[in-house]
Amino acid sequence: MLGKLTWQAIPWDQPIPLIAGSAVVLMVFAVVAWIIIAGHLPYLWREWITSVDHKRIGVMYVLLALVMLLRGFVDAIMMRSQQALAFHAPGYLPPEHYDQIFSAHGTIMIFFAAMPLMIGLMNFAVPLQLGVRDVAFPTLNATSFWLTATGALLVNISLVVGEFARTGWLVYPPLSELNYSPGVGVDYYVWALLISGIGTLMTGINFVTTILKIRAPGMSYMRMTMFCWTALAANLLIVAAFPILTATLAMLTLDRYAGFHFFTNEAGGNMMMFINLIWAWGHPEVYILVLPAFGIFSEVISTFSGKPLFGYRSMVAATLFICLVSFMVWLHHFFTMGAGADVNAFFGISTSIIAVGTGVKVYNWMFTMYGGRIRFATPMLWSVGFMVTFVIGGMTGVLLAVPPADFQLHNSLFLVAHFHNVIIGGVIFAGFAGLTYWFPKAFGFRLHEGWGKAAFWLSLIGFYVTFVPLYVAGLLGMTRRLQHYEVAAWRPWVLIAGLGIVVMICAAACQVAQLAVSIRRRDQLRDETGDPWDGRSLEWATASPPPAFNFAVLPQVYGEEPYWGIKRRAIETQQLSAEPQYEPIELPRNSPTGFITAFFCTITGFALIWHIWWMMALGLVAAYAVFVWFAWRDVEEYVVPAEEVARLDRERRRAREEWLAQHARVGATAAGATA
Amino acid sequence: MRLAAAAPLAAFCLPLAGCSGSVLDAQGPIGAANAKILLNALAIMLAIVVPTLVGTLVFAWWFRASNTRASYLPEFVYSGRIEIIVWAIPLLVILFLGGVIWIGSHQLDPFRPIAAQSKPTEVQVVSLDWKWLFIYPDHGVASVNALVVPAGTPVHFSLTSASVMNMFFVPQLGSMIATMNGMVTQLHLQADQPGEFYGQSAQYSGDGFSDMHFVLRAVPQDTFAQWVSTARQAGPALDRAGYSALSRQGRNVAPFTYRAVEPNLFDAVVTQQILPGPGPSAGRGGAGVHPRGGQ
Repeated sequence: MLGKLTWQAIPWDQPIPLIAGSAVVLMVFAVVAWIIIAGHLPYLWREWITSVDHKRIGVMYVLLALVMLLRGFVDAIMMRSQQALAFHAPGYLPPEHYDQIFSAHGTIMIFFAAMPLMIGLMNFAVPLQLGVRDVAFPTLNATSFWLTATGALLVNISLVVGEFARTGWLVYPPLSELNYSPGVGVDYYVWALLISGIGTLMTGINFVTTILKIRAPGMSYMRMTMFCWTALAANLLIVAAFPILTATLAMLTLDRYAGFHFFTNEAGGNMMMFINLIWAWGHPEVYILVLPAFGIFSEVISTFSGKPLFGYRSMVAATLFICLVSFMVWLHHFFTMGAGADVNAFFGISTSIIAVGTGVKVYNWMFTMYGGRIRFATPMLWSVGFMVTFVIGGMTGVLLAVPPADFQLHNSLFLVAHFHNVIIGGVIFAGFAGLTYWFPKAFGFRLHEGWGKAAFWLSLIGFYVTFVPLYVAGLLGMTRRLQHYEVAAWRPWVLIAGLGIVVMICAAACQVAQLAVSIRRRDQLRDETGDPWDGRSLEWATASPPPAFNFAVLPQVYGEEPYWGIKRRAIETQQLSAEPQYEPIELPRNSPTGFITAFFCTITGFALIWHIWWMMALGLVAAYAVFVWFAWRDVEEYVVPAEEVARLDRERRRAREEWLAQHARVGATAAGATA
Repeated sequence: MRLAAAAPLAAFCLPLAGCSGSVLDAQGPIGAANAKILLNALAIMLAIVVPTLVGTLVFAWWFRASNTRASYLPEFVYSGRIEIIVWAIPLLVILFLGGVIWIGSHQLDPFRPIAAQSKPTEVQVVSLDWKWLFIYPDHGVASVNALVVPAGTPVHFSLTSASVMNMFFVPQLGSMIATMNGMVTQLHLQADQPGEFYGQSAQYSGDGFSDMHFVLRAVPQDTFAQWVSTARQAGPALDRAGYSALSRQGRNVAPFTYRAVEPNLFDAVVTQQILPGPGPSAGRGGAGVHPRGGQ
């Protein structure tokens, strides 16, 4: 009846996961109970869960990312503390548990923290920057989000029911095959990623379509913001790379479920094929994460320097160059698997060539700051911190791209330090920069600067204190994923890294405090004008938070940095543009399709993991039925009447007029300089 | 090939080189050549990385809004000259580095023998769950989790895996290489002086992975001969049954030697005449209920 699922699936004998798991379950129940008792459920259902508004979906993506970032961070704390204790000692986490923790840490951080963080910010900002009302396929967008949430949920269920993979985050066979991993851990992994991977692929299709086909009138490609360009490149990569991941994991699934032999030791299977395929997805994935990050930094550095982005065309070229070359470097993840010298040399050189594109970007950011008037608000601090950190991480990356150097450093803590250097210093810093930058746009009030700056400095220091020692430990020959070790020379460096994690904990606490303090003092931090940072692109042309339709009238674009142009004209003429003719606006209706589909996909995934075949069939049929039901809907859109549009827009215009009057008084000289 | 920028680098690396066990404190020609390339590549890159870091911080600080002496150039958004330079500098560095990569990859290909007068010592390596088996085909002995080789002469390793992938790595001697079931990889290393060197698996291979380390003892030629003859006199013989017992999962195995080894055992493992090592009998939620699960 319940397949492999028995009471034994719950780790009664392991106190740590049991206590952690029960605490999480209790917390989730408490939150859900509070929502229901306080009567928030109808509001949540109406305004968020069934929402197809790209801004709300973006916010939910970021929220998911932050929660998962916290979960992954707890894993990191456990790993660092285990290694700090496990010198000539077993530590407090047995290998069976420790191995799940580092596998879950990697999986969660990449798929359910970094990816949703970037996709969430893209969701929120790209349609606004393009000057349009929504993405191409709003309901599909909601479905993508809820399928990602399904993946995250399945991974977290494995904490309490069964186990997670004990194979590392990329489940290399033959270790991940049934012979060596008979438990459900790898099954949790493959089904979580297969389901959320469909969501990600749909996001890619959605955004490529949006950026290519739906832009404000006059918004030609070369007038798009750098963030839209990098989002386009990242989503092209998603469309090209995620099917490889899905196919690879599907083959592994066939091996495990149906007795196939794609990657097994026996019957002609070849594990090298898996490793090639997974990295053919895995390396573009790195750029799927970091290209939007580059876009965010481009926006932030330009805005806070009070200058357009330097060398815009060059930046576009560098982005597309990286996008293309990122598909030709995957073998550098396994130089030590014994490919010949020619192959290794080719991939070593192609890898270092990517650094050219990245180098160009760094120099263009430098020259954007040159001659600027830089305001060091929190997003700008994250950006400068990024530039310094990322250059160092890029350098160690190129070092690892030199095969003979990699022969000494592969899989060592040097490698671990390198990819954390670029992912934390690149993607996570970008996430926080973007979060602080767009938060007032999303919620109508800024985040508290003091706590934000404290979080930045502690993160920066914590990062270096944690990962510089890991570089050293790697040079001392310490390999990754060790549950315990006996080499005395590694110990001090592991201990310092443990200290660094303590600093990182303080940084995380500051982030939480920042959010709490900002919400409490939201009236003081209110942004009335819709343009808190003196922005340059179209998202700042509308109110904060923007109305559901984004723009009362679609903006007409005459050049790069359209909003900067609008503002300059307003300052020169001392008046806003004439009030437009307001018309009724059609918007897509909210739909529970995404949520219900994901609900049944969760059931299907869980059933597949535990071999509960009737439940799987039920889930699949129901998920399909939801789509059929959605396709047969009669009313697709609702209309916002012209009077309502006019009312909302006049409010915004009043605030802008106040701003203009103030600007004329206080900023006469500044305006003169900008004009 | 050291550049001026190598000075701070050397200051950082010297304490490391002194630290025993560091990959920069190489004790053989392969490790030394790898380390040299590593340091050269680092020096080449530092030559542009350091100015970039300094430039970033100087620009960010000087052009802060509160600095009234800094000029504001809101129209400075393009300069052909700067664009050429920012594309050219990384490109030239990468061209240079590309040369290092091409030559280095060929000279230090793990499959490439070390030029030497003497014939290399042959060692066949089998990674098992979770221990290392070293077979000396020319001497008819074998050892587990301990590797003794003559110093000053090359050693030729042929490597395979009994089950999952591992990576054979002696940091101070040089390159690591993967071990995979059904396949043979090759590696050539040499210890210049007698000594004891830490060796490990550099590829996570399951729950017992952390215990997959060993000591490589490089000894003078006559001591090696002595070790072989001692090994021949004691310990069990390694036949198929013995190998089958050894290939069962086990952690933290104390080193021991085999007095004799069935000829062609290594080839039988590689060609899968001997079946790959069994995995665990069960995992959580994965007991033998599955038709193919367990053993």
